[in-house]
Amino acid sequence: MTEDTSSAARARRGRDKPADASADTHPSGDDRFAVIDKHLKRGRYAQDQLIETLHIAQDVFGYLDDGILIYVARALRLPPSMVYGVATFYQLFTFDPPGEHTCTVCTGTACFVKGANDIVAAVAAAYDVPSGETTEDGLLTLKTARCLGSCGLAPVVLLDGEVKAREGADLILAALETMVVPEPVGAAAEGGES
Amino acid sequence: MAAPIDLHEVAQREHEARSRYPWRIKACGSTACLSAGSASTISALEQTIETSDLALDAVVIPTGCMGLCSRGPLVRVLRRGGDETMYQEVNEDVAIEIVRSHIRNHEPVEESVLDAEIPFFAAQERIVLANGGIIDPDRIEGYVAHGGYVALQKAITEMTSEEVVEEVRASGLRGRGGAGYPTGSKWGLLAKSEGDEKYVVANGDEGDPGAYMDRTVMEDDPHRLIEGIAIAAYATGASKAYIYVRAEYPRAVERLDRAIRVARRNRLLGRRILDTEFSLDVEVRIGAGAFVCGEETALLASIEGRRGTPRLRPPYPTERGLWGKPTMINNVETLANIPAIVNKGAEWFSSIGTPSSPGTKVFALAGDLVNIGLIEVPMGITLRTIIEDVGGGIPDGGTFKAAQTGGPSGGCIPAEFLDTPVDYDSLRQLGSIMGSGGLIVMDDTQRMPDVAKFFMEFCMDESCGKCVPCRAGTVQIHSLLERICAGEGTFTDLRHLEQLCATVRDTSLCGLGQSAPNPVLSTLQYFGKEYEDLITIQTVAGVKEVADA
Repeated sequence: MTEDTSSAARARRGRDKPADASADTHPSGDDRFAVIDKHLKRGRYAQDQLIETLHIAQDVFGYLDDGILIYVARALRLPPSMVYGVATFYQLFTFDPPGEHTCTVCTGTACFVKGANDIVAAVAAAYDVPSGETTEDGLLTLKTARCLGSCGLAPVVLLDGEVKAREGADLILAALETMVVPEPVGAAAEGGES
Repeated sequence: MAAPIDLHEVAQREHEARSRYPWRIKACGSTACLSAGSASTISALEQTIETSDLALDAVVIPTGCMGLCSRGPLVRVLRRGGDETMYQEVNEDVAIEIVRSHIRNHEPVEESVLDAEIPFFAAQERIVLANGGIIDPDRIEGYVAHGGYVALQKAITEMTSEEVVEEVRASGLRGRGGAGYPTGSKWGLLAKSEGDEKYVVANGDEGDPGAYMDRTVMEDDPHRLIEGIAIAAYATGASKAYIYVRAEYPRAVERLDRAIRVARRNRLLGRRILDTEFSLDVEVRIGAGAFVCGEETALLASIEGRRGTPRLRPPYPTERGLWGKPTMINNVETLANIPAIVNKGAEWFSSIGTPSSPGTKVFALAGDLVNIGLIEVPMGITLRTIIEDVGGGIPDGGTFKAAQTGGPSGGCIPAEFLDTPVDYDSLRQLGSIMGSGGLIVMDDTQRMPDVAKFFMEFCMDESCGKCVPCRAGTVQIHSLLERICAGEGTFTDLRHLEQLCATVRDTSLCGLGQSAPNPVLSTLQYFGKEYEDLITIQTVAGVKEVADA
């Protein structure tokens, strides 16, 4: 989770161009494409590596935008429509940069029984953000997870990857309040969480 | 090519290394306990041993799941000679105390001791989870010291592939993914199918919320799964195998990848396994969050890198599967049973459980229960024993209302059927299914229509969209349930709900759609009054049913 945030932070900062871009880097000069290239090469550009490749791309970029999808499509010689179709089919692929902080509420059956829905509703209301989306200021992404498999700790909430066990909506909101603090005006954009 | 592993020698060396320490401290490092903070427990144990000058007396071994996840982090202290103490909720402070008091002064930390004789542990019979809490999942030596890979060696050096298939058939083992198809028959189908290339696929796409049996096998005993796969491949003539793992299980992927590398290095996988003619390659494939991929044809599409949509059967995957080649898909827990069956024989296996459902089943117990965690019990045990003895009953003096089995594909079982033996056929008769092993208990504060709505929302989100009954039907059922739960439903809605559920069940393409109405139908059957009450309240309130007139 923390890794997600940092790669997301990098993604937001834009593509830092390395000064000495060598000849075989992506035309944009973004060296993160080299990570994808390495994986593609190891998989011998096999088309059945598509899902794995998208995972790697999302790991390094934080999310998948059209440029990345087209890049993967060309490399694997697949129609972009198919790559888009696969990427949108699976829930773990995301097409928007995640927020600075993430609140993931487990909505598995055990957590449901212990009131997870109330937590989702409370956070959504407090931060005016529907589940699965990011606040307008980009500070908080509210997500739900199918089941984190720690049912003995239900309800389970992950705040930036840190497990909050058996805590009700009020405690989660209190924890979020100290975590999600809007940056003071004039602070450097670099001063994030990572 | 390196020499193959000498199982006997490795086991012996491991036993010797173990007996060097007077004390062995086994700390649960599985996902549930890690969530409860066991990483700091383990480092606190190690540091305290180090600083207390006890490094020659005690060793800390991170292990897989011990089962009672709600009391985690769990720690077992073993004294040379067999004396054993189990500790619960071991945070850093307790960990330090255990070393200082128990190891140094031989005085157990009484207030944190967990009685290992409680029914939670006593009623269990562990085959699949036999190594949970015992071995370090990352060390093949631990697995081998507990009899690991002996079954593979026996199968490929002493048995013909037909004999292995016959043994599995005779054991009566049935698919643990939920449907309960006889495993031996499936193996026989693949063994008989013609083809230069055949595949075995382990289905580790455990999507039911509240179920983590397969994850535990993959994370905590990866070699058991690999051994099961290798035996399956030998028996059926497959030369390549895939393990399809949910992307939500990164630790399982990591441990499986490592275990495969180690197995290959020891000539337990790869070319000419243990110097025989048998060769097998195993590869891990990762899903990306789609419940439908647990369905076998959807899973195959996903392995091929496509959208995970199911297709019509026949042809069954054993005729035409991955890339058109004969393929057999077995659930992870099913395959994890195989080494024990080959080692101890079909007769031993079928003596456990019931005649129609032999063996054990792993359940993830959750919900309104005192003991929450992972259990392995013989088939045929009653729900009452699981809930009241193993689960410890409902906390805070609550009253049992329903047990939900089979996740979004299963149903809710009311109190009057608590004495039903747990096996494939009895649960089906009650309108539920065995499913993969999620067992969620609800007390009387839960409203059943809400529970049905929760599962329908899940199915609606997870419907792949290929066939109309499931794609459109789940949305319609969900909106009917929303209306009813909000107290705005009519008796016409209730009638429509029943009809629509029957249609979706009977006409959907794959198991997801066919079983999606189960939670609604079973709650309608057993808790129909709750639905009616929700409607009656509204009618009494004076909002007359215009639509009904």
